[in-house]
Amino acid sequence: MKPVAFEYCRPDTLEEAMELLAEFGSDASIVSGGLSLGAMLNMRLVRPRALIDVNRIDALGDIKVAASGTSTGAMVRQAVALKSPEIAEAVPLLARALPNVGHYQTRSRGTLGGSVAHADPSAEIPLSLVTLGGAVRLRSPKGAREVAAREFFHGVLTTDRRADEMVTGLVWPARALRTGYAFEEIAQRHGDFAIVAAAAAVTVGDDGNITALSFGLGGVEDRPFVVDNPDFIGRPAITATAQEIADAAAEIVEPMVDIQASADYRRQLVRVIGAKALMAAIADAEAQREAA
Amino acid sequence: MELIEVEYEPLPPVVDADGALGDGAALLHEDVGSNVVHHRTFRYGDPESAFANAHKVVRLDWRYPRYGSTPMETYGVVANFERAPDRYTIWSNFQGPFILHALMTGALGVPGNRLRLITSPHSGGSFGIKQAMYPYMVLLAACSKLMGCPLKWIEDRLEHLTGASTAADRKDWVEAAFAEDGELLGLKFDNIVNVGAFVRAPEPASVYRMHSASNGCYRVKNIFVENRLVVTNTTPIGLNRGYGGPQFYYALERAMDAGAKELGIDPAEIRRRNFIRPEEFPYSAPAGATYDSGDYEAGLDQALELAAYDALKADREKARAEGRLFGIGFAAGIEPSGSNMAYVTLAQTPEERAKAGGRSGGLGTATVSVDPSGSVTVKTVSTPAGQGHQTVAAQVVADALGLRPEDIDVVTEMDTLTSAWSLASGNYANRFSSVVIGTIAETAEKVAKKIKLIAAENLEVAPEDVELVGGEARVVGVPDKAVPLRRVAAQTHWHPAGLPGEMEPGLFETTIMNPPMLGAPDEQDRVGSAVTFGYVCDIAAVEIDKATGKVEVKKYVSVHDVGNVLNEIVVEGQIYGGFAHGLAGALLEEFVYDAGGNPQAGTFADYLCITAPEIPQVTVGHLNTPSPHNSLGAKGMGDGSSMLAPTAIANAAADALGTYDIELPLTLNKTWALANGLPYERAGAARPKVGDGPQEGGVEGGLTGEGSVELNAAPDAVWRLLLDPDTLAAVVPGCEELEQTGPDSFRAEVMIGVAGIKGLYSAEIELRDKVENESVRLVGKASGALGFGQGEGRVRLEAIADGRTKLSYSYRANVGGKVAAVGQRMLGTVTKILIGQFFRGFDRRLRGDGGGSSGGGGFFRRLFGGGRS
Repeated sequence: MKPVAFEYCRPDTLEEAMELLAEFGSDASIVSGGLSLGAMLNMRLVRPRALIDVNRIDALGDIKVAASGTSTGAMVRQAVALKSPEIAEAVPLLARALPNVGHYQTRSRGTLGGSVAHADPSAEIPLSLVTLGGAVRLRSPKGAREVAAREFFHGVLTTDRRADEMVTGLVWPARALRTGYAFEEIAQRHGDFAIVAAAAAVTVGDDGNITALSFGLGGVEDRPFVVDNPDFIGRPAITATAQEIADAAAEIVEPMVDIQASADYRRQLVRVIGAKALMAAIADAEAQREAA
Repeated sequence: MELIEVEYEPLPPVVDADGALGDGAALLHEDVGSNVVHHRTFRYGDPESAFANAHKVVRLDWRYPRYGSTPMETYGVVANFERAPDRYTIWSNFQGPFILHALMTGALGVPGNRLRLITSPHSGGSFGIKQAMYPYMVLLAACSKLMGCPLKWIEDRLEHLTGASTAADRKDWVEAAFAEDGELLGLKFDNIVNVGAFVRAPEPASVYRMHSASNGCYRVKNIFVENRLVVTNTTPIGLNRGYGGPQFYYALERAMDAGAKELGIDPAEIRRRNFIRPEEFPYSAPAGATYDSGDYEAGLDQALELAAYDALKADREKARAEGRLFGIGFAAGIEPSGSNMAYVTLAQTPEERAKAGGRSGGLGTATVSVDPSGSVTVKTVSTPAGQGHQTVAAQVVADALGLRPEDIDVVTEMDTLTSAWSLASGNYANRFSSVVIGTIAETAEKVAKKIKLIAAENLEVAPEDVELVGGEARVVGVPDKAVPLRRVAAQTHWHPAGLPGEMEPGLFETTIMNPPMLGAPDEQDRVGSAVTFGYVCDIAAVEIDKATGKVEVKKYVSVHDVGNVLNEIVVEGQIYGGFAHGLAGALLEEFVYDAGGNPQAGTFADYLCITAPEIPQVTVGHLNTPSPHNSLGAKGMGDGSSMLAPTAIANAAADALGTYDIELPLTLNKTWALANGLPYERAGAARPKVGDGPQEGGVEGGLTGEGSVELNAAPDAVWRLLLDPDTLAAVVPGCEELEQTGPDSFRAEVMIGVAGIKGLYSAEIELRDKVENESVRLVGKASGALGFGQGEGRVRLEAIADGRTKLSYSYRANVGGKVAAVGQRMLGTVTKILIGQFFRGFDRRLRGDGGGSSGGGGFFRRLFGGGRS
């Protein structure tokens, strides 16, 4: 394979990375795991003047759990997050999404921040972040900012990140009480881009009714998004409701079309995979209620 | 490549057999005058009467998909031209030299000894695909001469998936005539092969490889075959595992399952009634093949037992009662191995063949030598691609010479300047265990015989009393009376005068052997096409999820007769690999082209190469009818279930779905549509209407979209601005330069910055069908680093309230090149953003604040430049 000639920079600190971004700006590509960027470089879809390799910036590798939520540095490897008991406890949706991300081997290299910055519309980590209402931390030589995940993703591989910014971390809201979390997807082969992925967070009250709901879809439109469905709050947390929620979503989505799947088929999968995720989330919430 | 500026003038594309054959189809090669580049019919027995007397005739029409092989290592070539003497030397992982060396010397205009092909001992996998690299080898050699230096080329994956080679996609039909009791009376095959853009040697062989065995494993005598090859704007086809076999069995074995269903006979039973019987071997097939040995019924019985067929049928009943889609499918076939080079000449009429001179045979060559130190070297020209030739050759030679396999050095590197090779040398048609290993064994026997003769004289016994065991030549029954092999070897080199009789010095034997059954085709187009005929019998059970279209293989049984098994591990590996390859064709892999002829599967994200998690458990059974055509009793194997699995799975799916009208691969979306009775057309790959080529400036299929914006000016003001070059230059995203080249035509240079390295795209745009202040059509084309495109847009203006204008637009574009092959998913977003930028700039311009592009590069920069992973 044959990328264009580029300058390779490997900063040890965030400050050095900022200097490089100030110098190269939009002429730079930031690489962490390199799983998508590597292929794009080799096919010369990407032709950076400089490659900024952030793998040596230790400060980006932290997982911090607090009562207010969990923050994960951009460089946290997917495999590390998957094995982390803190993540399993504090961000169960992410823990359930991660086995679907690529393969064992690729997760050892791929990072949480890289997946979010790359913004593939089928990617599991962005979908989890959007479903939970998390945020993306960005930093440029001019300063830092935080963008809500639901505003961060603009389209296929396009985000709110400016040319001189880098993703430094992700913010995951604290786990809600009596809330079940589930992730489901379907792809032609294990590890492929999901044709449809569904993430659900469902809170079930004492009366067995849904008190809060977040239902996210990936691979359907050009970015991951949460289906707005206030009508279902207060409805019984049962299979029929899960199916209704998914069916309602299938009616309003405007699916992408590619050689793997038509719009109609994606809508069908929203019904099937969506209901499956919602049911699993309800079952998870019910299990917590029984345990309590 | 990017330094070469190419201007494309798109011609109407032809992407499949329908397109190629349609009335008024564009001609690929005008000199040929037709897209049909080969057409022959064949008749064996009396098919007309067979069909006239049939109780039941089943007819199936179908398309067979285009897929291939994706070896770990792609093509790799180093070519060097040297003077004194003038000679081209090419190092590569080619699987030839085969008949292609002669073709290459012809192309380079040199005698054979001035083209030296050196093939590496390890090729990184091939499965047939590396046969098709010879045009690239010639090109590189020619360039090396022009440039006066050695040149190297390693094909990348994008090149491999779009430009290497594939198996043929076909549009065929079959008719099978049955008697009431299920006897197969006659067959008619109509084969239309999409050969791609050019006929590359050895095509049209793919449709002739199975020809002389057109009866499969059945006793049917009456066969009619019509073969047509058509050219299209797709990658040329070539060798691929099973070469023509998967397509052939998709006809025959689906017809058998369909016949069984129509007649109400069990699919196992209908095969049993038609199988060639064990006592009929060697069996003369109607189209000329001589089947060496077999017991097809025993293989079927073994498969039924391994599948627990009765229990499987009970599972099916239970599933159906519960409304689930469960099906069982069969496929049985023979596996021809060790090809007769002459079968390819069936493409010629008998008269043409007579004129061209005789063709026959499939020579095997091997060299076994023992050096003065007593170490043994085997040289084979079978160019292995990971099939374990070294292992088996060492084992066979070690057995012959009484040594350990690790004592034998097997050299698989081949060199046309120094190796003993011939026209048939190379790696294809399962020829190793059917021909090559027999040649090696024969050569080793010659060496063994000579060693025994010398040892017999040393030991003062008769040669028959000498055996080679444990590195020694010893007297049978008297282990103490022995001479070490190395001493005998040394003697042949150091002391030739002391050798018995007229014996030649040295221990160096080369055999060149032609299997005697490989004769020339006769005047009735009958030819013994192969040396050995193995047998495969597969049973598949699948369940299809109606909600998602997922096909789950519940059971897969595969029984093989490969004659004597030379090495169990090698045989099992081939069987599993062949199954995986066939399953991939059944469920996943396809080289997709869009209506414009653009390859759509340029990466492994879209060419769905099968991986370990997709492969179910396979139960393998063995049957052994040793081949009399091979001194070791072995048969060729390796294609195996790659030929049968697509059909076994298709039959199972057809059984589950209750329809024969299915098309492989059974991907999720397609199977879901089939399971729910919905029409299916692959999104984004709409086929052009036959005979309705693109009109001038028009395009078929591709990227489409529409939208509207409301602008703060009256239609006449919008109109003026829209046609003003200065405005366009300012608001077209990334526009560097815009030049008016005619009253209604423009040329633009658009800089699209891809992660800082700016790529210049040249565009030519014409305005047509102008209706002042109302509507205009824009037709244009563009090309640049990532690809090229052709498109048209329509803009319509409409006055709305408050003196404003509603501008509606629609566009259709056909995008080609790299971005079409690998970046399909991005094109939609790309277009939306560019249009958005254009109208934001336009609106600002209308409001008189100068407008100006926000930098079209911004989009691409966001798209690619910031990409992290």
